[in-house]
Amino acid sequence: MPVITFMEALRQALRDAMHADERVFIIGEDVVHYDSAYGVTKGFVKEFGDKRIRDMPIAEAGYAGLGIGAAMNGLRPVVEMMTTNFALLALDMIVNHAAKIHYMFGGQFTVPIVFRLPNGYGQLSATHSQAFDNYYAYIPGLKVVAPGTPYDAKGMMRAAIEDPDPVIFIEHTGIYSVKGEVPEESYTVPIGKSNLLRDGKDVTIVCYGRMTPMVQQAAEKLAEEGIDAAIVDLRTLRPLDMEPVIESFRKTNRAVIATEEWTSVGVGAEIAARLYTEGFDYIDAPIWRVGFDEVPMPYAKNLETAVVPHPESVIDAVKQVLAGKTQRIRQQ
Amino acid sequence: MKQERDQTHLLEMYRLMRLARSLDERMWQLNRQGKAPFVISCQGHEAAQVGAALALRAGHDWVVPYYRDLGVVLTMGMTPREVMLALMAKAEDPNSGGRQMPAHYSHRKLNIVSHSSPTGTQVPHAVGIGLAAQMRGDDIVVWTAYGEGTSSQGDVHEAMNLAGVMKLPVIFFCENNGYAISVPQRKQMGVENVADRAAGYGFPGVVVDGTNVLEVHEATMAAVERARRGDGPTLIEAKCVRLTAHSSDDNDRTYRTAEDLKAMKAQDPVVKFETYLTSEGILDDATKTKILNEIKEAVNDATKYAEAAPLPDPATVKRYVFAE
Ligand SMILES: Cc1ncc(C[n+]2csc(CCOP(=O)(O)OP(=O)(O)O)c2C)c(N)n1
Ligand SMILES: [Mg+2]
Repeated sequence: MPVITFMEALRQALRDAMHADERVFIIGEDVVHYDSAYGVTKGFVKEFGDKRIRDMPIAEAGYAGLGIGAAMNGLRPVVEMMTTNFALLALDMIVNHAAKIHYMFGGQFTVPIVFRLPNGYGQLSATHSQAFDNYYAYIPGLKVVAPGTPYDAKGMMRAAIEDPDPVIFIEHTGIYSVKGEVPEESYTVPIGKSNLLRDGKDVTIVCYGRMTPMVQQAAEKLAEEGIDAAIVDLRTLRPLDMEPVIESFRKTNRAVIATEEWTSVGVGAEIAARLYTEGFDYIDAPIWRVGFDEVPMPYAKNLETAVVPHPESVIDAVKQVLAGKTQRIRQQ
Repeated sequence: MKQERDQTHLLEMYRLMRLARSLDERMWQLNRQGKAPFVISCQGHEAAQVGAALALRAGHDWVVPYYRDLGVVLTMGMTPREVMLALMAKAEDPNSGGRQMPAHYSHRKLNIVSHSSPTGTQVPHAVGIGLAAQMRGDDIVVWTAYGEGTSSQGDVHEAMNLAGVMKLPVIFFCENNGYAISVPQRKQMGVENVADRAAGYGFPGVVVDGTNVLEVHEATMAAVERARRGDGPTLIEAKCVRLTAHSSDDNDRTYRTAEDLKAMKAQDPVVKFETYLTSEGILDDATKTKILNEIKEAVNDATKYAEAAPLPDPATVKRYVFAE
């Protein structure tokens, strides 16, 4: 099987979908001559022409709304937001409109749209390094996916474009270059299914997106120390599939939730709550969460490094759980 | 007497434009040496920036600039050392102490208020600063800047409408370099002049040649007077050129031809003004050499100083989340 990057996997899925379905088109900032901000749709304008690959003015709310309108009128827009941070300017369109139109109007209109939201950090500072996964995962009517492997990236992008509902596709820029085995042919990976990536008996580590490769690294190091960690990759944040998580937790009775977000009120908080409500009978130790320190992201490299999670943060959390220690989360 | 004063003023304009250019060039060198992760340039905008900022009262009026406005912040009194400290994210950087990206200038003492990364979000803030001044009866003018690409943002339109409704002492300064990263102006708007939009908000819109420092200065002086009289905002659109890539993360060769770049270079505002001053007999060789040497020294000093300055202490990372 070919080994390709996460970004190439996304590109293949987008290209396949564009070939398979004329209704699919791409809008965003700098998607034409610039090949999109991170180069995901490199070469597309040559292949598909500038009717289907369209540069937008810097007006996120406007073109998010435009995408919604086009979707209601039978097209399948893929809206590239330059980053998650700038999608905030379009939040009303996404939350109040894309998410609710089908419900509010009694199922008359569907809104088959994909919002691609690259997020990540790397010396971009406070308003350019954020994760808002929980904002979208909170909203009934949205489907929210955040794959962590190239295989899932390709399959879930195709599934997202084919889906009749609005899908928020979270792409972590920190793993665009991660490589993995990806079939050449087109396929889908279902939205709403978590995945047991690694079986283990000592602890269940729950993650998604960028944290998935990081947790895999951590699990290998833990294995060297004789600690056998299971990994469940959520892949979809809404609708959330807890089954593989609970199944693993039933064996390990211990859990660490590793998400790249401010820990309080994050996606990880929901997972922890579900472990208590759905997995109460199996809990043997306090559940720990790993995330950002709760400060706006600083710019200086050494400050940034100090507040983001590392493989060691996951390893440390696992050891705390195994030692039965309680966790205290500090908001400043 | 007046002529002498005029000459001093013109030479000061020249010095500031040159200083901005030289500092900017040094930043790119540092970027290539791996000492500055991110650079975004003022090159090609110096005349617009210095011409505008010299119409303001430094330290009294407020400026809410955007990332290209190195020429503005230098004119308002930020020092080359302070600029370099921000570029290298050092603890002592008065802009943010290493917390904010470089070129997001902010300096409380100089009444410079930073924007954040989402483009255009600073423009409503400028309007609010103007409202506070109006409510208190302060005699300040608020000057805010953004690119023509950013003029598509709802925030910018809403801000202009607010300022028009309340007749606030705000100058909207659009630095139009014809590009939003790779997207040319014709794909951003259906009008030729951003300034035409001012009519829709009930105040004057003026187009000026942003590579002509004197023209920009004059237009801004008029806008400042209007604002101080209480007659409300003005939108000034300065047609500039962007002589570099969008930022150090960009390669503009993918979307600009060599001819385009050459044509732009012919509009280099610093060269144009230098030629003008020389032909008018205002700038002779000795004066030019003196100015350039002083600038070189200042840039070297700032670089050395910032390189030697300590990084922020990670133990302080949680400071400033809340007011102290
Ligand atoms: C809300 C938002 N969307 C997109 C971006 C990415 N971005 C940064 S600068 C820029 C282009 C701005 O162009 P313009 O306003 O013309 O200013 P110029 O850089 O040309 O001076 C874009 C799209 C951003 N920073 N914020
Ligand atoms: Mg521009």
